[in-house]
Amino acid sequence: MKLSELKPGQSAIIKDFSDDDLSLRFLEMGCVPGEEIMLERIAPLGDPIAIRVSGYSLCLRFSEAESILISTTERK
Amino acid sequence: MATGTEKTLKVALAGNPNSGKSTLFNIFTGLNQKIGNFPGVTVDKKSGFAKIKNTSIEFIDFPGSYSINALSEDEKVLPDVLSDTTNPVHPDVVVYVADSTNLRRSLFLCTQIMDSGIPVILVLNMIDLLEKSDEEIDIASLSKELGIKVLAVNARDAKGIEELKKSLTDSFSIPDKKILSVEVQETDKAKKQRLETIERYKAIREILKKAVSKKTSGLGSSVTNKLDDILTHRIYGFLIFFLVLFLVFQSIFSWSAYPMELIEKLFSSLEQFSLSHLPKGMLTELLVNGILAGISGVLVFIPQIALLFAFIGILEDTGYMARVSFITDRLLRKFGLNGRSVIPLISGVACAVPAIMATRTIPNWKERIITIMVTPLMSCSARLPVYTLLISLVIPSEKIFGFLNLQGLVLMALYLIGFVAAIIVAMVLKFVIKARERSFFIMELPVYRSPRWSSVGLGILEKVKVFVFEAGKVIVAISIVLWVLSSFAPGDRFEKIEKRFRAEEFSQTHSSDEIEKLIATEKLEQSYAGIMGHFMEPAIRPLGFDWKIGIALVTSFAAREVFVGTMATIYSVGDENNTLSIREKMMSEINPETGEKRYSTAVAFSLMIFYAFAMQCMSTIAIVFSETKSWKWPTLQFAYMSFLAYFSALLVYQLMK
Repeated sequence: MKLSELKPGQSAIIKDFSDDDLSLRFLEMGCVPGEEIMLERIAPLGDPIAIRVSGYSLCLRFSEAESILISTTERK
Repeated sequence: MATGTEKTLKVALAGNPNSGKSTLFNIFTGLNQKIGNFPGVTVDKKSGFAKIKNTSIEFIDFPGSYSINALSEDEKVLPDVLSDTTNPVHPDVVVYVADSTNLRRSLFLCTQIMDSGIPVILVLNMIDLLEKSDEEIDIASLSKELGIKVLAVNARDAKGIEELKKSLTDSFSIPDKKILSVEVQETDKAKKQRLETIERYKAIREILKKAVSKKTSGLGSSVTNKLDDILTHRIYGFLIFFLVLFLVFQSIFSWSAYPMELIEKLFSSLEQFSLSHLPKGMLTELLVNGILAGISGVLVFIPQIALLFAFIGILEDTGYMARVSFITDRLLRKFGLNGRSVIPLISGVACAVPAIMATRTIPNWKERIITIMVTPLMSCSARLPVYTLLISLVIPSEKIFGFLNLQGLVLMALYLIGFVAAIIVAMVLKFVIKARERSFFIMELPVYRSPRWSSVGLGILEKVKVFVFEAGKVIVAISIVLWVLSSFAPGDRFEKIEKRFRAEEFSQTHSSDEIEKLIATEKLEQSYAGIMGHFMEPAIRPLGFDWKIGIALVTSFAAREVFVGTMATIYSVGDENNTLSIREKMMSEINPETGEKRYSTAVAFSLMIFYAFAMQCMSTIAIVFSETKSWKWPTLQFAYMSFLAYFSALLVYQLMK
C-alpha cells in the first residue's frame, strides 16, 4: 500500500520506498522503515498533503507520497 | 597569553531550519553582524563578532540543513567547510542548535557533524515548548550518551545563554567513539548513504531511549492543529490569505508613500541648498544631479523594503508562510512557481525591488529564478504616472454603461496585461531553465509561535543594508552615467546654444524663465542622450516613436516615471508636476510626415505596451544582480523584456495605425 492511499486521520507503518532519490531525503527527515506515520490533512486543492511523523508535521506532494510504501496491518 | 596576536575562536552555528539558530546568532552578536559570501560559492554568509572573557569569537551562521548529504548549494556549504581544514571559515567548534520538541530528527545532523571529527556543543533550544509537551529530556544522561556537552537554552528569553557563553571559553574534546559505530559495506554511494541513515537513526533511537522519557501519550501541539484547521481550510484558508496579501499590498503601496515623500523632499532641498551654496560648475552639477540624485534614488526604496520585510519576517517567524506554500502549491506548480512566489508577485505591483528581495524565501532555486524573472512584468507604481499621462492624452474621460470609467478600464487592462504576461513567461521559463536540483516539496510545517520581534527587526535591517550597499552601488553608478549622457554634448554645442539664447534680441521677446526652459530643451536635444534618441529613431519608428520619445526612453532607464519629467523638458514645460500642461503640449505636437497628431491613439497604446513590458528600471537590474550574484540573469531579463516590449509595441502600432 502507498502513503498516498491513506485517508486523513489514518496511520500506518513505513515499510519501504519506491524512489531511490526521494528515499534518502525521507530517511533523513526521520521517515525510516518501522516508523509510525499519520496522514494529518490534505491541502484544499487536493495536493500536497501533510503527515505526522516522529513528532512533527511534514508536507509533501501527492506524487512524492506515492513513493512511500506502508502497511496498515502491522499496528503497534 | 593574552597577546595582540591571539587567534580568534571560530564558532559555527548549525542546525535544522526553524531550530532557532538565527535567534541565537542574533543574541550573541547583536548589531555586530556582517554579511558576505562563503568562499567559492554564492551562498550568503552571516558572521558576527563577540568578546567573551578575553576571547574574541567569530560566530558563523550556517544555512539551516537536515543532513550533510544534502544536495542544494545552500546546504552543501556546511559539509564542504567542515571537511576542509584549510577553509578560512573552518570552525574550531560547532554549536549545534536543536529543537527540543524535535530531538530525534535534530540529532541526525548533529551526530553526522560529531562523526566528522569536530568538537560539538549541543544546545537544546525551545526548552519552554518542551515543558508543555509530553516528553522529558534528561540532559545529563543525553550528554553522557553522546559524549559531548549538552546545554538547555531558551533563545527567546536568553535563559541559559550565560552558561553557553562560559562553555565556549572552555576546552573542547572530541568523543573517542563515533555515534554511527557500524561500518556499512556498500560500494554504491547512494545506497550506502541510505543504509547509513537507517543505521544512524537506530543509534539515535538507542540514545533517546536512555535520555528521554514520555510523561503521557498526548498528541503533541493541539494549538497548531486547530489553527491549521482554519488557516488551511478550503474557504477560510484562502480568505485569510487574501486578507494578508491585501494588508501587505496596502502597506507598501500607500503606507510607505509618506516616508518616501519625506526622503524625496529632504533630498530636493539638499540639492537646492548645494546648488545655491556651492560654486557653480561641473563638479557641483555632478554632485547634485549625478550623485545626490542617485543616492536619493537608492534611499527612497527603504520604506517599502522595510515594510515588506516586516510582514515577511512575521509571516515566516510565526510559521504561516509554510502554510501559504501548502495551500497554493498545486495552483502555482503548473507555472513553475512556488507558493511563496505569491508575495513577491503581489508586491511587484507596488515595486519590483523589494519584491525581488522577497524571493529569498523560495527554497527551490529554479522556482526562485522564475519568480525573479517575471516579477518586473507586474505593473509597478512607477508605471502609473506614464500610464496616466498617456491615457489622459488619448482616452476620453467618459463612462460606458453609465458607471464604468473608460480611462479606469484601460488602466485596469494594462495591469491585467502585466499579470498575464508574467504567468505566460513563467510557464515558458519552466521549460527553458534547467533545474539544478530535483524539485521537492518535502518540507517541515513548523509549529505556530509568536514572532520574535528582535529577529524581525534585525531581518529588516539586514535587507536594507544589503540593498543600500549592494544594489545601491549599481544604482548610483548608472545614475551618474545617465547624468553624463543628458548633460554633455560633443564639441561646443552647448556653448552655441547659450550664445544663441542669451543674445540681446531674445531677452526682449522672452522672459528669463522662458529662456531657461528653452535652453534646457535645446541642451537635452543636443546632448549625448539626444544623439542617442536621434540614432535610435530608425529602429523605433515602426513602433510609432520619434527621436523625442527616444530621448525619454534613454533617460527613463533610471526609473519609468522619469519619462514624464523628460517630456516636460523636451516640450519646455518648467514644472514637471504639471501633467496638464505637458499633456497640452503633447496633444498639439504634429507629426511632420503625416500632418496629423504625433500622439495618436496608436502611438499612445504602443508606448503604454512598451512601458508595460520593458525593463526600464536600473534599480531592478541592480537588485536582480545582487540577488542572483551574477550578471547573467539581469542581462537575460533585460534582453527578453526589451524583446517582448519592442515586438508587442510594434504589433500594437501596426494594427492600430
